[in-house]
Order: sequence, then structure tokens, then C-alpha cells
Amino acid sequence: MEGLSPEEWAAVRLSLKVAFVAMAASLLPGIAIAFLLERKRFWGRQALDVLVHLPLVLPPVAVGWFLLIGFGRRGTIGAFLAEQFGIVLSFRWTGAALACAIMGFPLLVRAIRLSIASVDRRLEDAAGTLGAHPAWVFLVVTLPLILPGIIAGMVLSFAKAMGEFGATITFVSNIPGETQTIPSAIYALTQVPGGEGGAMRLTLVSIAISVAALWLSEWLARRVGRRVLAP
Amino acid sequence: MILDVDIRHRQGAFTLQARFQSEGKLTALFGPSGSGKTTLVNAVSGLIRPDHGRIVAQGRVLLDTSQGAFVPKHRRRIGYVFQEGRLFPHLNVRQNLLFGRWFTPRRERKAGFDRVVALLGIGHLLDRRPSTLSGGEKQRVAMGRALLSDPHLLLMDEPLASLDEARKAEIYPYIERLRDEGGVPIVLVSHSVAEIARLATSIVVLSDGQVVASGPASEILRHTGLFRQPGPVEAGALIEGRVVQHEEAFELTVVQTRAGTLTVPRLDYPVGTPLRVRLRARDIILSVKPPEGLSALNVLRGQVSCTGEAHGPSIDVILDCEGEALVARVTRKSVEELDLVPGRTVHAIIKSIAFDPEALGGSGFVNMRDMND
Repeated sequence: MEGLSPEEWAAVRLSLKVAFVAMAASLLPGIAIAFLLERKRFWGRQALDVLVHLPLVLPPVAVGWFLLIGFGRRGTIGAFLAEQFGIVLSFRWTGAALACAIMGFPLLVRAIRLSIASVDRRLEDAAGTLGAHPAWVFLVVTLPLILPGIIAGMVLSFAKAMGEFGATITFVSNIPGETQTIPSAIYALTQVPGGEGGAMRLTLVSIAISVAALWLSEWLARRVGRRVLAP
Repeated sequence: MILDVDIRHRQGAFTLQARFQSEGKLTALFGPSGSGKTTLVNAVSGLIRPDHGRIVAQGRVLLDTSQGAFVPKHRRRIGYVFQEGRLFPHLNVRQNLLFGRWFTPRRERKAGFDRVVALLGIGHLLDRRPSTLSGGEKQRVAMGRALLSDPHLLLMDEPLASLDEARKAEIYPYIERLRDEGGVPIVLVSHSVAEIARLATSIVVLSDGQVVASGPASEILRHTGLFRQPGPVEAGALIEGRVVQHEEAFELTVVQTRAGTLTVPRLDYPVGTPLRVRLRARDIILSVKPPEGLSALNVLRGQVSCTGEAHGPSIDVILDCEGEALVARVTRKSVEELDLVPGRTVHAIIKSIAFDPEALGGSGFVNMRDMND
């Protein structure tokens, strides 16, 4: 089998970039929303919960369509971002990252939320009686204890981003070098005669990246879990 | 005043209505399970917010609902040793111990790390993870962690409840050292009479969410009705004494108390060591004549002050022995036949076994299980 063509390499690089950015950008909001949903009781909590989970149940194309309406150049948010900050998302790789982040968000939030639920709150009380302000308690007790859940959530988010297709292609199309990620490239290759070789090569690359990501997360989780999950 | 509490708090069907003051170096909160002990210490520590009332600790108002004052737990400076230790699993012992120090203002850091580590005998554990410690070691680390946050008051919620008897015996001396050398007043929650007889200087007795008695330990321990609980009734008197002599030939030690001298098997304490001895009501026999020809070594002379509540056929007779109060549990029939009315002179014969090893507090722990007359 031949090596990857320059276009295929571009798709691989772009996919990795998009997945990393999507994962990194959704991490802090993910932790914050998981914490809110698990610990706080506020008006609209149910609605927020549903909103976060929508991408999990909606057809990805529908999510992409919503993004196009909202974040397209003529969409309310898109127009505002373009005018005020010069940020354009539609038909750009940043838009692909946004689509992937949103599609992976429920998975990230669920994993972190589960680990927050399993934290022994009596440890947080103990930290409080030792003089730690609630913000410090979160940083030095809660956060280290939920690290395995955060890692699991990050892996899920990354994996979802690597495989995201429907929302991405609807929102940012399939522009080689700009928005053509591995799934879009495989799709494009299967639509033209003689594209099977390229599709196979990219599929193998996907498998390699997925296996590497899983292995890395297992290793990290075991390292952290040894410290945190001991009884 | 170390602690001044007057609170009312509803928790489901349970209502805690507690009012007491305490001055002691170690105040024991005593009562059966469900009597509100833990709720009370949680209110003092700020883990719960009582519906009504006022809590003042070491002169600081921590709660005053009439003024809307509530100091959050992290600003109370009240150490808390929990029943289950609650060490941070992601930190090693040293980091656990130093946790509170990060949050203590520099000029208020008084407890020396090395001194506390030595006091609790945990120097060899510093680099270990909490998960590798035994139950007793965990509790000692938890005590050190609380002490090193330089609290104004140290709360201990049944810190020994999860340990077996042997482990408890291992920890008592450390709590005594904490009480005598730690420099921080302690509030200890307990449902064991032996434990508080050994450790407490003041006692608050709780029952069904109400304070039924509070005061100095020696006074409260005399009231037998307060300690009625399943199993053997543990009423008794707590008297203070001092080692005055060792009779090496007989392997005996003479302890001087206000009530008289007591002879006990050889203790490993130097002459002059202060001790506390608990004389259980059921281990005292009364005689109206000076006893003769008895193998028992310990006979104290006193007057009947009053008789307490009847427990079936038994009744508690409270004696005044040179100002020290003793309680004897005898049958109602004996009271009538011997005419044990107030003012009557009697002789209290103490079966040697009555020197409960758990009660031999003072400055160390002695196993006296082999005792017999």
C-alpha cells in the first residue's frame, strides 16, 4: 500500500487539530456545567440538562443545521461575532471544532458528572473545617478526586470529535485543507471512482489514532486512579 | 467560658434543643445513639446551620440567629476529628497533616509540626498513603491534622467508635496527652461510660435531643440514672488520687484520695503521680459495722447522703466520704434492714476488681485485668 497523499495528510492533521481544540475548549465549560447540574438546585436546571443532552439524541445533521442558523454569517450569533470580533465560524476549521465540541459535550459532561456524584462529600466538609474556602476545597480536594472522570470525559470528547461527520459537514461543508476532516475525506473518497485506496488508508489511520488515544487514557486513568481511588 | 451553646434545630422528626455551658479541658457529650450528639457538634463546627439559637466558643460568637450571625465552617477555626477519619486519599500523611496550615494565617500558626507528630507517635507514617494505614493510625493522623490547623476548639465525634478494644486502648493515652499537653480544649462525643470516665473533665448528658445534665465529670458520673443503658449499668463515682507509696514486697501501690487510702496492684507510676479511679456502684458493699476478717483491702468510711432511684430490687445509695461522693448499689431490702438513712455512718467495702482498668486514667494506661482480691 502506498503512503498518504498530501490531501490525506492534510485531513489527518486537520482532524487531530479539530479534535484537540474541541476537547480543550469544552473542558472548562464541561466541568462547570457538570458541577452545576450535579450539585446546584436552580431554576432552569432541567432545561439546561435537556439542552446539554440534545446533541446525543438529535440527528447530527439537525445540530449542524442549528449551528448554521445560529453561527452562520447571517445567523444572530454568527453575525455578532463577525462584526464585533471578526470571528467567522461557518466554512472554517474553527466551525468544525465548534460542531465537534458540541457533539461531544454531552459525553464529556456525563462522565464528569458521574465522578462528581461519586465524590465523598464528607471529605469536602473535612476540608472546610480545616479552614479551606469552598473554592479551595473544589481545587485541592474535589478536582483531584474527579480527575479519572475528567480524563474519561476528555477521551470520549476527543473520540467523538475524531468521528464527527453529520454536524460538521452540514455546518462547515467539506473543503479540503480547511474543513475536510478524516470522516469527510473518507466520505468524499468513496464518492469518486478509484478512491477506495485512500479511504482504506484513512480508515487505518483512524484506527491507529483511536487505539493510541484509548491506550493513553487507560494509562493516565490507572496512574491517577491508583492515587485517588484507593479506599 | 470555652463553649456556650443554646440552640434549637429540627431535622425531620427529630428536634435538638440543647443548652449548656462548658469550662472543662475535655468536655464529653454523652448519650445513646440518636440522642443528638453528632448534630450538636455539627452545629458547633458549622456543618449544619441550626434554626434558632446562639453558639459562642472561646468568646467568639459563631452563631446568633437573632442577629443573623453565622460564621461559615472554614472561618470558625474549630478542628473536627470525624468518626471515620476522613483523611484525603489523594494526599500522603504529611500532606494531610499540613492541609490546614495552608489556610491558617501565618501569625496564628502555633502548633509545631514536629511536636504534634511526636505527641501522636506518627513520625514513621509521614510518607504513607492513608489507604495503607490501620484504623488506629488513621485516627491519630486525623487528630494531628485537626490540631495542626491551630483550632480554638477541637471536636471529636466518637473517634474510637470504629476501633476494637485493643486499638482503643492504644489511642486513649494519645487523647490524654492531647487533653493535657495539646493546649486546645476538646469536646468529645462518646456513648461509652468507661471512655468518658477515663477522659472527661466535664460532661454534658444528652437524651432525645435534650440536655439532661451538665457539669464537672466527678459530679455527673455520680448520678446513676443518667447512665442507664442496655447492658451492665455503669454508674459509679470518679475520685481523684495520688500515688503515695509502693509496697514492693506485696507488689502493691497505695493511692491516697480524699476519701481515704486505696491499695491496688503495683502501678508503674512514680510516687506523686495524680490518678483517677472509678468505683463502680455495683462493686461496693456496705456495712454498718467496721468490717473485720475480710480479704478486701479497701474500706472507706462515710455517711449516707441520700438514696437514689430504685432499679427493680436495687437502689443506689450515695455516700459522703470526707467530701468525696461514692455510689453503692445495694438491694432495697438491705437499705431497710440496715436502716441506711441519711446521716448514718457506713463502711464501703470495695471489691478490688472495682478498679476498672479503663478508669485508671491519669497520665498513662495500665492493664490491670489480672486483679482479684
